[in-house]
Amino acid sequence: MSKILKINGLEKTYSSGNKQLTVLQNITFDVEKGQTFSIVGPSGSGKTTLLGLCAGLDQPNAGTVELCGQDLSALNEDQRAQLRNKEVGFIFQNFQLLPTLTALENVSVPLELQGDKDATIKSKTLLEKVGLGNRFHHYPSQLSGGEQQRVALARAFANAPSILFADEPTGNLDEDTGEKVIQLLFDLNKEAGTTLVIISHDLDLANRTQQILRLKGGQIVANECTEKVL
Amino acid sequence: MNQHTTWLFKMAWRDAKASRVRLLLFMASIILGIAAVVSIQLFSTNLKDNIQRQSKSLMGADYIIDARQQPTDRAQTIIDSLKPDALEVNFVSMIAFPKNGGTKLVKVRGIDGDFPFYGSMNTEPVSAATTYQELGGALVDATLLLQFNIQPGDSIKVGELTMPVIGALKSIPGSTAIGTSVAPPIVIPHRFINATELLQFGSRKEYQFFYKASDTLDLNRFEEKIGPMLDKENADLDTHTSTSKRLGQRYENVGKFLNLAAFIALLLGCIGIASSVHIYIKEKLKSIAVLKCIGASRRQSFMIFLIQIAGIGIIGGFIGSMIGVALQELFPYILKGFLPFTVEVSITAQPIVMGVFLGLFMSVLFASLPLLSTWYVSPLEVLRVDETASKGPKKARIIVFSLILIFLFLFSFWLLGSFIYTFGFVVATLITFAVLAGIALLFMKVIRKFFPKRFGFTSRQSLLNLFRPNNQTVVLVVAIGLGTFLISTLYFTKDILLAKTEVGQSNTNANMIILDVQSEQRATIEQTIKAKGLPVLDNIPLVTMRIHSLKGKLVNELRQDSTRQVRGWLLNHEFRTTYRNTLIDSEEVIEGSWIPELKSEDSVVISISDNLAADAKLNVGDAMVFNVQGVLMQTTVGSIRKVDWTQLQLNFSILFPKGVLEDAPQFNVITTAVPDEVTSANLQHDLVVKFPNVTVIDLRQVYTIIEDILDKVSWIINFMAFFSILTGIIVLIGSVRTSKYQRIKESVLLRTLGATNKQILKISALEYIFLGLLGSLVGILLALISSFCLALLVFKEPFVPSAIPFLVFLPGITLLVLGIGLSNIQTVLRSSPLEVLRREG
Repeated sequence: MSKILKINGLEKTYSSGNKQLTVLQNITFDVEKGQTFSIVGPSGSGKTTLLGLCAGLDQPNAGTVELCGQDLSALNEDQRAQLRNKEVGFIFQNFQLLPTLTALENVSVPLELQGDKDATIKSKTLLEKVGLGNRFHHYPSQLSGGEQQRVALARAFANAPSILFADEPTGNLDEDTGEKVIQLLFDLNKEAGTTLVIISHDLDLANRTQQILRLKGGQIVANECTEKVL
Repeated sequence: MNQHTTWLFKMAWRDAKASRVRLLLFMASIILGIAAVVSIQLFSTNLKDNIQRQSKSLMGADYIIDARQQPTDRAQTIIDSLKPDALEVNFVSMIAFPKNGGTKLVKVRGIDGDFPFYGSMNTEPVSAATTYQELGGALVDATLLLQFNIQPGDSIKVGELTMPVIGALKSIPGSTAIGTSVAPPIVIPHRFINATELLQFGSRKEYQFFYKASDTLDLNRFEEKIGPMLDKENADLDTHTSTSKRLGQRYENVGKFLNLAAFIALLLGCIGIASSVHIYIKEKLKSIAVLKCIGASRRQSFMIFLIQIAGIGIIGGFIGSMIGVALQELFPYILKGFLPFTVEVSITAQPIVMGVFLGLFMSVLFASLPLLSTWYVSPLEVLRVDETASKGPKKARIIVFSLILIFLFLFSFWLLGSFIYTFGFVVATLITFAVLAGIALLFMKVIRKFFPKRFGFTSRQSLLNLFRPNNQTVVLVVAIGLGTFLISTLYFTKDILLAKTEVGQSNTNANMIILDVQSEQRATIEQTIKAKGLPVLDNIPLVTMRIHSLKGKLVNELRQDSTRQVRGWLLNHEFRTTYRNTLIDSEEVIEGSWIPELKSEDSVVISISDNLAADAKLNVGDAMVFNVQGVLMQTTVGSIRKVDWTQLQLNFSILFPKGVLEDAPQFNVITTAVPDEVTSANLQHDLVVKFPNVTVIDLRQVYTIIEDILDKVSWIINFMAFFSILTGIIVLIGSVRTSKYQRIKESVLLRTLGATNKQILKISALEYIFLGLLGSLVGILLALISSFCLALLVFKEPFVPSAIPFLVFLPGITLLVLGIGLSNIQTVLRSSPLEVLRREG
């Protein structure tokens, strides 16, 4: 199987005053195309930083990230944005919908950025798929947390991404709603054949993926398939 | 437009739709600023056009030759060779109405010929304008006729001549509204002038010769050629083109003040834009990060908000221009008293286009700094907030800041027309900005360092709000302070402007001046005054003379000398001088020494005023020769006096000591103080009946007219100040309302944790009171300093600050900030926490 994400010798440090804080150290792993992958670890272990680096939202101090066959360090910010638009989908813990856009408009944005003339039709179909066929013209503030996350799901799949990063997708939802959203996420993922990278501290959720990477103190402590973890 | 550009516009529109309340406030700042500039610019353009268009009608002829005395032979030859189409002699004199015994100071215009050639003499009945010559009667100012209840057919007595009134004179070229109110015009046929016997020695008179020119005559070249020839003969050539230039200059000062006020309104608008966009964009950064995360480029994210701001700039500019157009219809009404004609308001596209362009340019420029952050915000901010990451590189900020400075400078220069004033204004604004920001930062530091830990919960919370992350202290203090500074400066400046022209009326000061008293009439007039129980305060002798030579150089030579440094006016001027052995209150010797009296064998030492010394480049010890009615008199400058010309009393440029001019041909000016209008009318009546040649000026009437003019000036100043204040309030609403989004979540969380409405209200109230007090107090104090500098350096007047800014602006603005601030948290107080949290995202 081909690799969609190749991480090699990744290191990230932040400066705080005169102090250097190393958040990630010597991170190396691969994600295969179509695979479901989770990154787990306690708070402060560097999960979110790793997600930012994998998706090209930030740049490492050392090491390389190859996403969809492209070395991210060779791309500038706009080229990385273009790559994200074509190949990447995101789901965030806080949903991160654009508050001034309706549900339909939020889902349309990635398609419109690609210049897709059928953006509205496709977005409507997606919203119907996530059960929000009657909420097209509602603003995020008029939707419940679960509904907002479903809009975020529809937006994440709108551009038919090759890889989808989900950062604590159920972190802000109650158990029932969270379960429904996760089910929907896996269903949509299966249907689209997308690679799914989930960041979570929830081991139950991680166990539903094929591979788990465990982080602690900014370093990999384990990278195993789910059977071994279990 | 390609698909990507269309998408940018679509996104800008979608986002704007949902943020319309905040954007409307931002737009209001632009609208008011642009409305002020456009209305004033349009009016200035109209005024200039009207002056140009109506210059012939204002003058009544293509050109006029005028002289303050009987023209010399050579001047008369030039005048005759050009074949005048009409002529006029005019002078100021008292007239009497035999019907009711009324008397009045008027300007008598004795006209021969078919004047005016352009425009018209507006009379009632209309035919009177043409029949008065034939019928041998007078046209009398319409207001005057009403005032004295005189009808056509009644008589008036002009000097020794009694003649019938033919009609009421409503307007005539060459008379201004202000001049008319002091000495209303009456027109009589020129052939009767001698019969009035008013043109005696010493009386002020003017000879005017009116000409019609062919269309092919180049008046500017004609003026260049003939003007200097007439100058030598103490006569002047005025063409309608030079008159329009002069008139334009006369209204320039009014225009300059209006421009300044407009600029302040516009500047307030700019502050409004900068502060509201700053907070607006700050709130958008998260959304921009999300957009970048899902694939929008830096350019796209930047363009979405640039289009939004530019769109609002254009719409605001257009609405502002339209309001400006409507507003300028008001100006002719307000300025009616100043203008010698009715301004016809026409709307040109230029100021409207300028308004739209300015709205666009101003919005984009002043929004540039916050807009820059949209370019530099990292998509990583979706995951974690980094406060400093989106600021953008220093270089870009410096470039934007420099552009703002250049715009400010160029725009103020365009409005004010003076490099020094522009520089001063921009530097003052910058200093104010820096001081306000500095004080806000210092305030935050001081509160943090000396935090009153023993204060109650609500007081501590409100103080904490001032320096916690996402605080609005600097932005609000700068916006409130700068707004208050500009408004207070305008207010203090208004005080200086009005104080400069203020006239005082005192019972002990002279308030009636009797001019043109011949030597032989002096004693009898004094007796007439004293017989009525009134004092003779001054009896000042006047001797007229012209300068013959300055420092050994003849004035004729000086006139031809193109390199001369001496000002031209004094080479032709007929000086009215006096002699006495004391100095008066309005004079102070600043150089040399004052010699009170001379003996006949002494060489003549005189005293001159500082402005004459400056214009004639004279110092103590320099020689001056005067032509005193044909006799040359050698003198030396013995002292230079500083003269306070603003005092309404008789001041002189040239003052002789006693013992020199006593035998020269002279006439006198007598002053007295009359207690009321009835005494004044009685005295005037007696004097006019007995001494028709004398002119009586009742200063109380002049005071009233000046006060009337000042009222109008003050109205305009207040109107413009109001405009600026209105803009300031909008800015304030904008700034404070945008801070709502920073505070609302905190208030909701507090409420969720169990804080009562009263506690939340108190926390917010105290925070806004601190901000309002600090901003407005610093603003007023800075305005006090800047106004003091203006008074000292520009107006050269003592500065007595008004208490209004402290008593009204300070509490007023603080209350306004408080009111707007508290209205922000109404949403929190009225709804459930969950509802608010959801609504606010």
